[in-house]
Amino acid sequence: MSMIAMPVPDRGVLARRDTIVADLARLVGPGSMISDTDGRRAFETDGLTAYRCMPLAVVLPRTTEEVSRVLAYCHANKIKVIPRGAGTSLCGGALPAEDAVVVGVSKMNKVLAVDTLNRSARVEVGITNIGISNAVAPKGFFYAPDPSSQLACTLAGNIAMNSGGAHCLKYGVTTNNVLGLKMVMIDGSVIELGGDHLDQPGYDLLGLVIGSEGQFGIVTEATVRILRAAEGARPMLLGFGSSQAAGQAVSAIIASGIIPVAIEFMDKPAIHVCEAFAKAGYPLDVEALLIIEVEGAEDEIAGLLARIVDIVHPFAPSMVRVSKSEDESAAIWKGRKSAFGAIGRISDYYCMDGTIPLGRLSEVLTKISEICTRHGLRVANIFHAGDGNLHPLILYDANDADQMERAERCGAEILTLCVEVGGCLTGEHGVGVEKRDLMRVQFNEHELRLQMNLKSVFDPDWLLNPAKVFPLDGRPVAA
Amino acid sequence: MAVQSRREDRERTVQSLLKPATEGELQRTLADASASRQPLEIMGAGTKRSVGRVSQAAVTLTTASLSGIKLYEPTELVMSARAGTPLARVEAELAAQGQMLAFEPVDLGPVVGAAPGAGTIGAVFITNLSGARRVAGGSARDHLLGVAGVTGNGIPFRSGGRVMKNVTGYDVARLLTGSWGTLAVLSDVTFKVLPVPEQVATILFFGLNDAIAIEALSMAIATPWEVTGAVHLQSAMARRLSHPDLRGDRQAVTAIRIENFSKSIAYRTGRLLEELKVFGKAHIFDHPRSIAFWDELRQLSVLQGSTAPLWRISTAPQAGPKVVADMARFMDCAVVYDWSGGLIWAEVQQAADGGATDIRRVISAHGGHATLIRAEPAVRSAVEVFQPLEQGLRDITAKIKAVFDPAGILNPGRMTTTL
Repeated sequence: MSMIAMPVPDRGVLARRDTIVADLARLVGPGSMISDTDGRRAFETDGLTAYRCMPLAVVLPRTTEEVSRVLAYCHANKIKVIPRGAGTSLCGGALPAEDAVVVGVSKMNKVLAVDTLNRSARVEVGITNIGISNAVAPKGFFYAPDPSSQLACTLAGNIAMNSGGAHCLKYGVTTNNVLGLKMVMIDGSVIELGGDHLDQPGYDLLGLVIGSEGQFGIVTEATVRILRAAEGARPMLLGFGSSQAAGQAVSAIIASGIIPVAIEFMDKPAIHVCEAFAKAGYPLDVEALLIIEVEGAEDEIAGLLARIVDIVHPFAPSMVRVSKSEDESAAIWKGRKSAFGAIGRISDYYCMDGTIPLGRLSEVLTKISEICTRHGLRVANIFHAGDGNLHPLILYDANDADQMERAERCGAEILTLCVEVGGCLTGEHGVGVEKRDLMRVQFNEHELRLQMNLKSVFDPDWLLNPAKVFPLDGRPVAA
Repeated sequence: MAVQSRREDRERTVQSLLKPATEGELQRTLADASASRQPLEIMGAGTKRSVGRVSQAAVTLTTASLSGIKLYEPTELVMSARAGTPLARVEAELAAQGQMLAFEPVDLGPVVGAAPGAGTIGAVFITNLSGARRVAGGSARDHLLGVAGVTGNGIPFRSGGRVMKNVTGYDVARLLTGSWGTLAVLSDVTFKVLPVPEQVATILFFGLNDAIAIEALSMAIATPWEVTGAVHLQSAMARRLSHPDLRGDRQAVTAIRIENFSKSIAYRTGRLLEELKVFGKAHIFDHPRSIAFWDELRQLSVLQGSTAPLWRISTAPQAGPKVVADMARFMDCAVVYDWSGGLIWAEVQQAADGGATDIRRVISAHGGHATLIRAEPAVRSAVEVFQPLEQGLRDITAKIKAVFDPAGILNPGRMTTTL
């Protein structure tokens, strides 16, 4: 895609590339420096593959001290830095720049301590999201935020984007599940935020850093809250004749006082694609499908699901199916969690991430359909219904420049619509490059300036992930 | 505005009170104060006025006239209220729909000599006040979805919104929690609410020592049965309880709360009792007794009626009893543990520094932080009331203060000599 402008690279830095590479190589252990063309190519993009750029060099430090030396060097030499976890960002958050060094934390992936009595775990942030849960599962615990990319994405990226997941209706997002961080500042100094206690003194710097998209520093270690897993969990499928009925059913469930651990919504196009991929037994003759999961002991689950069936009765579900086995539950979730991949098998797609008030769902889906039709594109909708986070997937052909441009315009119109109905541009993927130029839809100049001034507190020269989050014009430091 | 705020009036009055009633008035008041470098004490209802270092401002600004609920969507679990709305009003509206603030904010007012139940919703978030349910459902800051406010130099801003998931831009709203009115004055807060559980039960043990009690609480909270309260009152504190079933009892009280649908309560209580039988004979409070017990804790009634220095200490739950044991080597103290040991309310003997030197030394050995919630003004002027930060964090904090309040007019000296 070509609509989003990137800053002109610093020629002085490009000219000094050989020196910079040699200097950086001396600051990190053997095997941590990638400077050859083929090696760098693996880092030229992230989950937003439409954008690519070869970085100046890639460094994969193994320790906080190495990160500190690298950042101190880049700071002293005014070289831009692109922090990177696993590179699964859907908003171009890890997109490199020609004159920037990628600093990846993927080699820092150890579990440092698990403390079930304090219900916390200390980890290096290059660990994958699922890696944390896997490490504590033998003791019956889990790490709650569960983005769909959890097999690959790192905690580092989750912290940068304040990632959510399907189960955050009950357990919250990343910021609600991280107790402490160790972060390297751009000048190489190291700070500790929070710890293993449940609140922190002074301003909530932990809250500010989480979700700052790698623009404040490079986090190397984190203390996360781990929770004891429920005795059991089981999903149920509910099919409806309209998205409106499905939305009303969700409202009725929440109004009844039941907070399911997850409420996922798929529209007809999404159901068909996911069913073809996962064979989860999704109904093909409904307009909207809800996957509702509850937790507890066997009797509790049965009781809650029965209550939900009663509650949704007035909205005439055409299909009600409770999972009867672990395998069936796994298949139901596999269909949902692999939805992006499944859709990717049939078409290129552009994934939106707006959030809307649940009460506006039906109206928003109708308008999304109109917007996409107007641009001559198809759309499939996946929705974390419990928390209003909507993922319209706009289908297009990436080899057709005109379609790509239409898909981007279509996406911008959808996100503008989300803001207009009282929602926001991004619920869990982040702003990155992708939504950078839409920030003025949500914020006025004062609000952008306030946020940019906070960036300048941490990174006065704007060296950390600089081309992201804020429109390129109107910055305190020229892009 | 109910009270004149023009500069000449201020000069005539030693202690004027500004009561902006609209966001516009708030904006103009702050812009004016910033331009004239007029320091302001910022408060809601003023119930926590005596927490922190002694105010250095001759003029007080209250959000009390910024009152009212702007939005409440029970089916979306969201409420938006003006910052000066009384907490009691918010909770009454929620209760009418069977909902609540799940972080159960404690009532600090009566502990520091103010009236009970008078605080504002804005102050709850700006001071990040949370009660027993924090161990399960998160703290005030975890339930904050968005704010509107005005910076110290009179610039209105919004952050976050009314939806549960929002990562658009930096999390400025959350940064403000714990800032005690030193960065901005809030005009609106929007927050997540949750259903009131159908039924509550409490498992109690009597006479456990601190270390054993915290072990019991930690075991309970690490089970799958979703414990939503885990407290231990030393006997000196427990004897102050007014609960009819506990009044006059001189034994320590250890309490574990289970909240759920009625059908689950019996099952979960039974499983917990089985798990905890090593801790001796357990007692059960049914629903009404449980409500009374946890309400009393939320009022912090056992911490009221004294002028002894009161500390709020946050540490890793397992470190709690060690912190208290080490403190007891230096001073007399009586303690309530909340958050399964992670939050300590410690009343200590009078001392020129309120015990600050020794308590901070103990904390540095175990990790965590301590705030002097109650002390004579002379003590609060002499010691660091809030936990002193490491140099790196102090620098960042000072720069953030300069971004929001360049003239330094908001609650100057409240948190530290320079904030």
